[in-house]
Amino acid sequence: MAEASYPEDLKYHQEHDWARIEGDEATFGITWFAQDALGEVVFFDPPEVGSTVSKDGAYAEVESVKAVSDVFAPLSGEILAVNDGLEDEPEKINSDPYGDGWLVKVKLSDPSEADSLLDVAAYQELLKSGS
Amino acid sequence: MPPAADTLRRTPLYDRHERAGAKLVPFAGWEMPVQYEGIRQEHVAVRTSVGVFDVSHMGEIETSGPQAQEFLQHVLSNDVTKIAERGAQYSVLCREDGGVLDDLFTYRLSDRFLTVTNAANHAKDFAWFSEQADGFDVEVRDAHADYAMLAVQGPDARGIVGNLADGELPARMRTADLEIAGVGCLVCGTGYTGEDGVELLIPPDGAGAVWDALDVTPVGLGARDTLRLEVCFHLYGNDLSEDRNPIEAGLGWCCKLDTGFIGSEALRGIEPDETLVPFAFTGPGIPRQGNPIVGGGVVTSGTLSPCLDVGIGMGYVPLASADPGTSIEVDVRGKLRPAEVRKKPLYEKEPASG
Repeated sequence: MAEASYPEDLKYHQEHDWARIEGDEATFGITWFAQDALGEVVFFDPPEVGSTVSKDGAYAEVESVKAVSDVFAPLSGEILAVNDGLEDEPEKINSDPYGDGWLVKVKLSDPSEADSLLDVAAYQELLKSGS
Repeated sequence: MPPAADTLRRTPLYDRHERAGAKLVPFAGWEMPVQYEGIRQEHVAVRTSVGVFDVSHMGEIETSGPQAQEFLQHVLSNDVTKIAERGAQYSVLCREDGGVLDDLFTYRLSDRFLTVTNAANHAKDFAWFSEQADGFDVEVRDAHADYAMLAVQGPDARGIVGNLADGELPARMRTADLEIAGVGCLVCGTGYTGEDGVELLIPPDGAGAVWDALDVTPVGLGARDTLRLEVCFHLYGNDLSEDRNPIEAGLGWCCKLDTGFIGSEALRGIEPDETLVPFAFTGPGIPRQGNPIVGGGVVTSGTLSPCLDVGIGMGYVPLASADPGTSIEVDVRGKLRPAEVRKKPLYEKEPASG
């Protein structure tokens, strides 16, 4: 399993999700903390391509052997793509949560929502405070 | 942060679990290891070689005295007179109305019986035993503090424990008093994984020495659950409860109604509408406890099977859907997942021959 890490170039949501924003598109995933808390991911249930997601709303599920966890959208938009590689290898969410373990790509409906997300320092502060 | 960890009980092996990097969680009032390296690896270790579980949270009730056997025949569903000297037997504990209070293993020792309880039910079981003992010439004693309990399970389990023992290990469903790594243990040829192996009842202050001498892969409660579910062993609180009777749970085989045990009269007339069946998903998804079954019924246990690599579970279904091979659908949080009712066990090491 990967060592704890929180890349500088991402925006973070307090439900332990990240967004990599490129113009009016973004890639979403779950943070190192989230995958570590969940344990080995054995199933990713993706949303439909073309469906819409709302900021702070649950849009997908990840499951370990023992538990189900909702995945929350850090930003609003329309699903452009889902990571098909996770169908056979959901454990990539554990081994590479910011790379091969990405979950969806989204066309943002309101890129300004990103202003309310946390930067890496604020997210790590949140983790330290134990929430 | 585990809530109120200081109110949770710890087994004598707690420090070893912490050192081994276990994820410790509250379970039935105890702080127990749910996993160490990972549920899948631990599961596979037990199926292919050996693993050790700390199950010291499980309780023990000791029954002795001239009418010990008569008393146990009164409270336990199975025929206690059939337990051989140094033998073991599975049974359920029922209320008058047939609702299941617990499922238990009982061991006949030379001068007494020892009944192993589920941690969450131990206090309730002991109170029930004590209450029902009125009028019998027996002593019922809460023996939980006398024992730590380890389960050593897997194809290599007997070899490893045998090398540490001062005598021959007991056969399946038998017990023996042996020294393991120099510690006097009650060794039982039982388990909850579908693999060969033993369970060790150990004086608490000797548990660490036995654990260290075994030196095998530690396995947490997470894999204990996936292992038992692959072979369709019931878990109390999931597949069994006070609201279910043993007949619909498929445990009629251990309910010997003619012994007159508490609940036997109620069970005699019962014709259940539903029955507990194992099933496997035929597509994606993982069933979970509480998922509705389309057309009636409910999932009581569900997981991903590490050996079969599909979602598996057990659930109560109407009798019309209970035959192996029946297609069913499970409503997993709004998504209908196709599944098939299967025979027990869901996982079998050697394909049945003939």
